[in-house]
Amino acid sequence: MIAFCGIELSNPVINGSGTFDALAARRVFGEAFERDFPFSAYVSKTITLEPRAGNPPPRLWELGQGMINSIGLPNKGLARFIDEDLPEYATLPAPLIVSIMGFKPEELVTMLQLLDGRDEIAAIELNFSCPNVKTGNIVGSDPVESEAMMTELRPHSTKQLIAKLAPSTSRPDLVAAAAESAGADAISLINTLPGMAFAPGSKEPWLGAGSGGISGPAIRPVALGQVARVASTVRIPIVGMGGVENGRDAAALIDAGATLVAVGTENFRDPAAGNRIASELLQIRGDRVATV
Amino acid sequence: MSDALGIERPQAPFGRRVAAVTARIEHGPYVSLTVRDSGGPRPIAGQFYMLQTVEDWGGGVDGRPYLPRALSFARVEQEGDGLLLDFLLEDVGPGTHRITELAVNDEMLIAGPFGNGFELNAASWPILVAGGIGLAPIVALDDEIRDLDGVRATIFVGMRTNEHASAAAHYGLEHELATEDGSSGVRGYVTELLAPLLSAKNADHVVYACGPPPMLEAVRSICAEHEISCQLAMESGMACGFGACFGCVVPTHDGYTRLCVDGPVLDGDKLDTALVAGAGH
Ligand SMILES: Cc1cc2nc3c(=O)[nH]c(=O)nc-3n(C[C@H](O)[C@H](O)[C@H](O)COP(=O)(O)OP(=O)(O)OC[C@H]3O[C@@H](n4cnc5c(N)ncnc54)[C@H](O)[C@@H]3O)c2cc1C
Ligand SMILES: Cc1cc2nc3c(=O)[nH]c(=O)nc-3n(C[C@H](O)[C@H](O)[C@H](O)COP(=O)(O)O)c2cc1C
Ligand code: FES
Repeated sequence: MIAFCGIELSNPVINGSGTFDALAARRVFGEAFERDFPFSAYVSKTITLEPRAGNPPPRLWELGQGMINSIGLPNKGLARFIDEDLPEYATLPAPLIVSIMGFKPEELVTMLQLLDGRDEIAAIELNFSCPNVKTGNIVGSDPVESEAMMTELRPHSTKQLIAKLAPSTSRPDLVAAAAESAGADAISLINTLPGMAFAPGSKEPWLGAGSGGISGPAIRPVALGQVARVASTVRIPIVGMGGVENGRDAAALIDAGATLVAVGTENFRDPAAGNRIASELLQIRGDRVATV
Repeated sequence: MSDALGIERPQAPFGRRVAAVTARIEHGPYVSLTVRDSGGPRPIAGQFYMLQTVEDWGGGVDGRPYLPRALSFARVEQEGDGLLLDFLLEDVGPGTHRITELAVNDEMLIAGPFGNGFELNAASWPILVAGGIGLAPIVALDDEIRDLDGVRATIFVGMRTNEHASAAAHYGLEHELATEDGSSGVRGYVTELLAPLLSAKNADHVVYACGPPPMLEAVRSICAEHEISCQLAMESGMACGFGACFGCVVPTHDGYTRLCVDGPVLDGDKLDTALVAGAGH
């Protein structure tokens, strides 16, 4: 068993937020999905206070080693999430981590307060890849913003709080250290890297939102570098992610200092990737995983 | 949705599985591939699979392909304790190119069946409309209709040329043909066959269609004009096929709808248009 944020997990493999809809998967795959649940903890798609439709299509651009997405955080908003989805998530055979994002600190405070009493929730991931409305700086790539945000939020939640950083910084270690000093219980990284693509044969952007986030094997070296750098600085546990396709990739992130590894884009190519990667990891590392 | 016999949407086995190619036939520019699926349930017409080849898929730098490709099955047959699934492909880019290159015994990774499938209304006279590679789910639907007593479909097929049309002949479809170049059947678009029949209004019809977005949009608007319900098997770019990525949405009257789980078959009256951004080629 692995201890992470006060939860005991059977293995180090979880999912990246927004890359696996467990409720849709339950409809599509039925009982087999619950029996062979692919992750040791489940991270929800990012929820915002108000409902969001998401970005106009097209939302996907394929790369030889990954993809660019401009999904745009579609979600039903916190109130309906709590009423409709939370009871369903609570019946999944894995602890639940809820991912939230706010455009202003007050929004996040409200969300934390509304989620605080809910025992179904094992931990909360704060998706800090959003720009501060006042400064325009991305909270998760700026140490000052991260510390200020974390300081403001911390008193409003008794839950374990995971700060998910944005990779658009050369000093993720400083951002992580700032979040840690202001009370974050764990760090997760990396989120997608910003990028764009032109439509074939044109100078117009392909993606409906103009640009998007790069994920998959193309960003794996960035993930490894940032995880190693953060691990050398903070003491709180790290959820490492970015381009994990197999047990070897997962083992590398653990070697770089991650406690848990999240699988994102690979889920799209293999719905049961979580199970496969966990067992490949066990084969590679054997008992060493259990003593992390 | 459920199929003709009221059977619920089949559930896909969790994960992906290996399926070997058992046959490959060219029909002019189209290729049909038969694969042996020993793990999945019998799909219903309009459902699709996500496929990738075992060898040479992913890791290519700009050649792509990296994500699996969505393909509707065209025909399903029981074989021993498994299924033979027929896919009909058009080589339009690196992914479909790689798949159409496969030879007998080559292996694919498949996941599915996914999506809702057509909801066959056996009480009314079905009209099936296929355009180009959209033939695939129409063949599957016609197979389901032929298994029913006392129902037969009117089938209209539109193809660019006579060569493309050889695929419809291969599957034994009893159809009326329109070709764009007039090399066989009526010269023009398939909707020119559909419109007069709907105008005649001599029966209670439901239209089931699959084809390129402009064709689906023409079918949708003709049906709307005649107040006839239509089910459109649509396309959009997909990364996962099982509701995980939210990449495949199309705008409907219910907001953005994930085509992979709430489609690919949508009721025409849920749409303002069947022209989907980024779909088709
Ligand atoms: C439910 C469903 C069922 C389908 N059934 C069939 C079927 O039975 N038979 C069949 O032949 N096809 C079918 N298709 C279509 C098939 O999935 C596509 O033709 C295929 O994915 C194209 O991949 P490609 O690599 O060959 O071509 P691509 O290069 O992907 O080209 C296809 C189109 O995608 C866009 N595009 C180009 N480059 C990129 C990029 N890098 N990232 C994203 N988009 C890009 C362009 O619009 C291009 O014209 C179906 C699609 C869906 C959604
Ligand atoms: C389609 C898609 C949607 C995503 N949605 C979210 C999200 O809602 N919240 C979030 O924090 N990260 C989101 N991510 C980022 C992933 O959780 C992950 O950080 C990133 O993709 C890197 O991992 P990967 O390379 O394994 O995919 C999304 C990624 C993808 C590809
Ligand atoms: S293809 Fe991923 S949600 Fe539909």
